[in-house]
Amino acid sequence: MVDVALQGGTMQTAQKQAQEQAQEQVDRSKVLQRLRLGDIGFRWLTRLAAITVLVILSGIIISLVHGSWPALRAFGPSFLIDETWNPVTEKFGAIAPIYGTLVTSIIAMLIAVPVGLFIAMFLTELCPMWLRRPIGVAIELLAGIPSIIYGIWGLFVFAPFLQQHVQPFLISAFGHIPVLSTLFAGPPYGIGILTAGLILAIMVLPFITSISRDVFEAVPPVLKEAAYGLGCTTWEVARYVVLPFTRVGVIGGVMLGLGRALGETMAVTFVIGNAQRISGSILAPGTTISATIANEFTEAVGDLYTSSLIALGLILFVITFIVLAFARLLLMRLNARLGS
Amino acid sequence: MVMISGARSPLYTKRRRRNVAMMGFSFGATAFGLSWLVLILGVLLWKGFSGLSIAVFTQMTPPPGSAGGLLNPIMGSLIMTGIAVAIGTPLGILAGTYMAEYGRYDKLSSVVRFINDILLSAPSIVVGLFIYEIMVATMGHFSGWAGAVALAVIVVPVVVRTTEDMLTLVPDTLREAAASIGLPRSLMIRRVAYRAARAGMITGVLLAVARISGETAPLLFTALNNQFWSLNLNAPVSSLPVVIFQFALSPYKDWQNLAWTGALIITLAVLTLSIAARFLGSQSKSS
Repeated sequence: MVDVALQGGTMQTAQKQAQEQAQEQVDRSKVLQRLRLGDIGFRWLTRLAAITVLVILSGIIISLVHGSWPALRAFGPSFLIDETWNPVTEKFGAIAPIYGTLVTSIIAMLIAVPVGLFIAMFLTELCPMWLRRPIGVAIELLAGIPSIIYGIWGLFVFAPFLQQHVQPFLISAFGHIPVLSTLFAGPPYGIGILTAGLILAIMVLPFITSISRDVFEAVPPVLKEAAYGLGCTTWEVARYVVLPFTRVGVIGGVMLGLGRALGETMAVTFVIGNAQRISGSILAPGTTISATIANEFTEAVGDLYTSSLIALGLILFVITFIVLAFARLLLMRLNARLGS
Repeated sequence: MVMISGARSPLYTKRRRRNVAMMGFSFGATAFGLSWLVLILGVLLWKGFSGLSIAVFTQMTPPPGSAGGLLNPIMGSLIMTGIAVAIGTPLGILAGTYMAEYGRYDKLSSVVRFINDILLSAPSIVVGLFIYEIMVATMGHFSGWAGAVALAVIVVPVVVRTTEDMLTLVPDTLREAAASIGLPRSLMIRRVAYRAARAGMITGVLLAVARISGETAPLLFTALNNQFWSLNLNAPVSSLPVVIFQFALSPYKDWQNLAWTGALIITLAVLTLSIAARFLGSQSKSS
């Protein structure tokens, strides 16, 4: 009896255990199933987010083409070379803003590239260690200042200074030299293409400096040491060893800065003068693509006017896209070489 | 003897002079670069500090000729920045996670990386035109939502970039340890990789906030501007950069002064954010 009862008891516990085990297995498979689904779900969520980045870019291109279609159809290819910009007769051409964009960016690069390279050389070769970080951070803070601050500063402080002190000097100094006299002709307005170019130079300086510094630092020390061992001066090492080795990266950094300069809006809008014309003198007011859009878009009446402004945006995007893509390709090539 | 005569040779003198000149140039260039920072910050403090008072933070933008503050643009900027970060951060973190964790070497990642780098420095005014086309033109009116989405489009590439960089820095041994105790991949990413890369990812978000809090161009024709107190995001919303733009170009002296004060507030906020981000970034690297 007792035996049977005992046996019955163990059987009951065994049954219970088996049941529990089965239960646990069901639970475990449920949990694993849930984890697996969560895993797949999360993977697809991240994939979707990555694809969204591509969707944003395609969305920008499609919406700009769609928005500029009426203007492109009305004016055809001559939109690119026509200088007229007349909202009253609804006749528009983009060459004046394109010209302004290119000239201001060229002025900016002419100043910012040598200065940026010299600062990068200072930071990597000359500067004492303890000063490198503070100076590097200070230069990078210049990049952090919002562009509207450059604009308001340029309009109220920098432009009057140029008008009173620098431009009269330029006009009188170059007034009798054939080519330069047209380049620096006319009254000193203060605002104009030159002022916009100078402000842009200050704005892109940090970009060029920080990328050049990073690629200069990536030069293998043995190369520099070998050159110093031969008796090279610091300048000779920088010019004939560091610069040739990092050429691709420096060009990439310069193109990145150029991309910024081409698309910069607010700082330029304040100081360019907003005149829809091409003038031989860089002291004269002009306009850029982004400044034209920023100034006129909200006041544009009529579909053709709005569409022409969006077409300007499309041109700007295409130009900067090409420049930036080129910059990235160069920087990727340098990284591949340094990595190998 | 040869050495000494060599040291006095004209060639050597020329090379040495050239070196001294070039070093002088590089010293001068650095001073030139730093002087702009000092000049800009100095003028901002000098012009903007006198206008700084409690009224700036408690009163509405005034009509020309009367006193007022910048309360509505400050609120508008805060709200739109908040929404932009709320939309852009998760999207950017997820996309960065895919590129660093799931498809580090696949085709999609390298394409996204390339496109993202271009979006990172694409002109912001083009983003404004894009949002105008898809939101303002279709809805028929300017709105705070459009402004927030335009800013979110600028946030995404910044966050994608820093998230990917920071997750790539997380050592693989951590991932292997997590996998060896049977942690599924998604949990490993969320519980281990995110935790290890947290400081860097927060740095990215701070940098994104610093970037958009000064952005003007994408707001000009999405959120437009609003002279009055309004928290309705379906209507035009005023923002600090756009108000600075409008007030600075106005002929009224008191508006211009308010613009300087606003410029000082934005700059201080942006510089504080980027210094904080840098501090956090350097801490996460050293640990």
